[in-house]
Amino acid sequence: MPDFYGEKISSSLLLGTAQYPSPKVLAEAVKMSGAEILTVSLRRESSSGGSSGKFWELIRDLNVKVLPNTAGCHSVKEAVTTAKMARELFGTDWIKLEVIGHHDSLQPDVFGLVEAARILSEDGFKVFPYTTEDIVVGEKLLEAGCKVLMPWCAPIGSAKGPVNPDALKAYRAHFPDVPLVVDAGLGRPSHAAQVMEFGFDAVLLNTAVAKAGDPVAMVEAFSRAIAAGHLAYKAQPLEPRDMAVPSTPVIGMAVFE
Amino acid sequence: MRVLIRGAGVAGMSLGYELTRRGAEVTIADISNGLSGNASWLAGGMLAPWCERENAEEKVLTLGRKSIDWWTELAPGLVTHHGTVVVAPPRDLSELSRFAGRTSGYEWLDGEELASLEPDLEGRFSKALFFRQEAHLDPRHALTRLKEKLEMLGVQFVFSSNTATVDADIEADCTGMASNNAELRGVRGEMMILQTSEVALSRPVRMLHPRIPVYIVPRENNHFMVGATMIESDDDGPISVRSTMELLNAAYSLHPAFAEAKIVETGTGVRAAYFDNLPRVTVAGRKISMNGFYRHGFLLSPHFASEAADRIFEALQEKDFETHN
Repeated sequence: MPDFYGEKISSSLLLGTAQYPSPKVLAEAVKMSGAEILTVSLRRESSSGGSSGKFWELIRDLNVKVLPNTAGCHSVKEAVTTAKMARELFGTDWIKLEVIGHHDSLQPDVFGLVEAARILSEDGFKVFPYTTEDIVVGEKLLEAGCKVLMPWCAPIGSAKGPVNPDALKAYRAHFPDVPLVVDAGLGRPSHAAQVMEFGFDAVLLNTAVAKAGDPVAMVEAFSRAIAAGHLAYKAQPLEPRDMAVPSTPVIGMAVFE
Repeated sequence: MRVLIRGAGVAGMSLGYELTRRGAEVTIADISNGLSGNASWLAGGMLAPWCERENAEEKVLTLGRKSIDWWTELAPGLVTHHGTVVVAPPRDLSELSRFAGRTSGYEWLDGEELASLEPDLEGRFSKALFFRQEAHLDPRHALTRLKEKLEMLGVQFVFSSNTATVDADIEADCTGMASNNAELRGVRGEMMILQTSEVALSRPVRMLHPRIPVYIVPRENNHFMVGATMIESDDDGPISVRSTMELLNAAYSLHPAFAEAKIVETGTGVRAAYFDNLPRVTVAGRKISMNGFYRHGFLLSPHFASEAADRIFEALQEKDFETHN
């Protein structure tokens, strides 16, 4: 089970809180998912950034750990300011760091991300960086003080699932001891099962659940898929091969080869 | 029976109408100095329960569809029965299929069929959804007409006051966020009104986008209402730069001629909503509350006003019964 900055978490599902039909549906989805960590966005969900409104109360009432994020921030300065506001508002030094490079593709600006991660880590934050699957960027983030990495598997909200599975497997192999969370791009439970089979520690979901026809049923499907994928990873699945292998030993027959 | 209603938005006035129809003597008090002080004044005025079903519970459709007849009967000429068109930019076409999957009561249009409904959109979209049964109204006309009608029926209006002391049998709170009900939360909505003679639309057009779905509703004098953001906040301060850009982008991608339109108004209102985003009528002794209309004031007020009026009369009858025994 994942260990984020020394905190053991028993659920491999992290859930975002935006875009649900109502707070009631959000609360039901959280309950169904068993998620222990919820991400909340300061910029996207509240206009003045610092207002602690009823929505935050509702989230606090769910009794889960809050992972505030810097969604919508396009510069290092903006992300750092937002992180500090979040620390004050939620009383946590956890921060999901997003520095967006392009407002349309929502691709992370990995240069700004590394810089912001360094500034925040030095300031005592525990940074969860939303990054690409680039291994070198991952190394720079670790050097900057991150102890968790959160690569995307496809663009935010695209629901495409792992578009580059080999890169994700290489990422896992390269960072065997770093908690890895797939953040962004998952659309279906099978996608989540797939990345958990690769050995990722957790997945972060929002749109795929919130905008499903029935978010509560969808999050249930996801949590089962995540459990299945994780179990499969631990059970060491077979590697694919090019040739058929008979499942029944063929004894006593001559084999010419 | 005398009833004091606080709040002259669409909820308060609909309730006033339903109560007056049942023979009550009604006074409506509002803290602002006129109708324009309410969130209802900034509404889109779409009577679009089939479209709303995309993200709302079935109840919004079943109860909301009745509002089309209610408003039509209230004032001739107020409601335009031209349906709703839903489109998506080419790269977000999957949003259109998703929308169709969540809703009913539509037909698919190709580019030519869309152009025959909305000639100015010719060549701009290859596919669209058409919700034929939907309608729209101008909320400012609707509120003004409703007030005139209520005055004709003898309803008293008291503006710029929340301390109206009327000797009432029942007090009804329809003040939305001002009601200080701890269960209500604010959902900020920002809108703007554009003016251009270079584009004409006959019906509301919804422009789907994964992050911010926007609607553009035509009004008289070449005005177009563009709205509305949905932000979990009770901040009613001026519209933000981000929201302005997103609303304008949507208008511009619907038709580039909007680039030359004038921005004649921007506005921010705070919708009051319960946990499930559905309105509630609650009765506690002589006090009744009808709030939490979220983004469905014009759509759901007729039904809930009627329900609240029935419950007020029932409550009074029970009380009479008790005193007579």
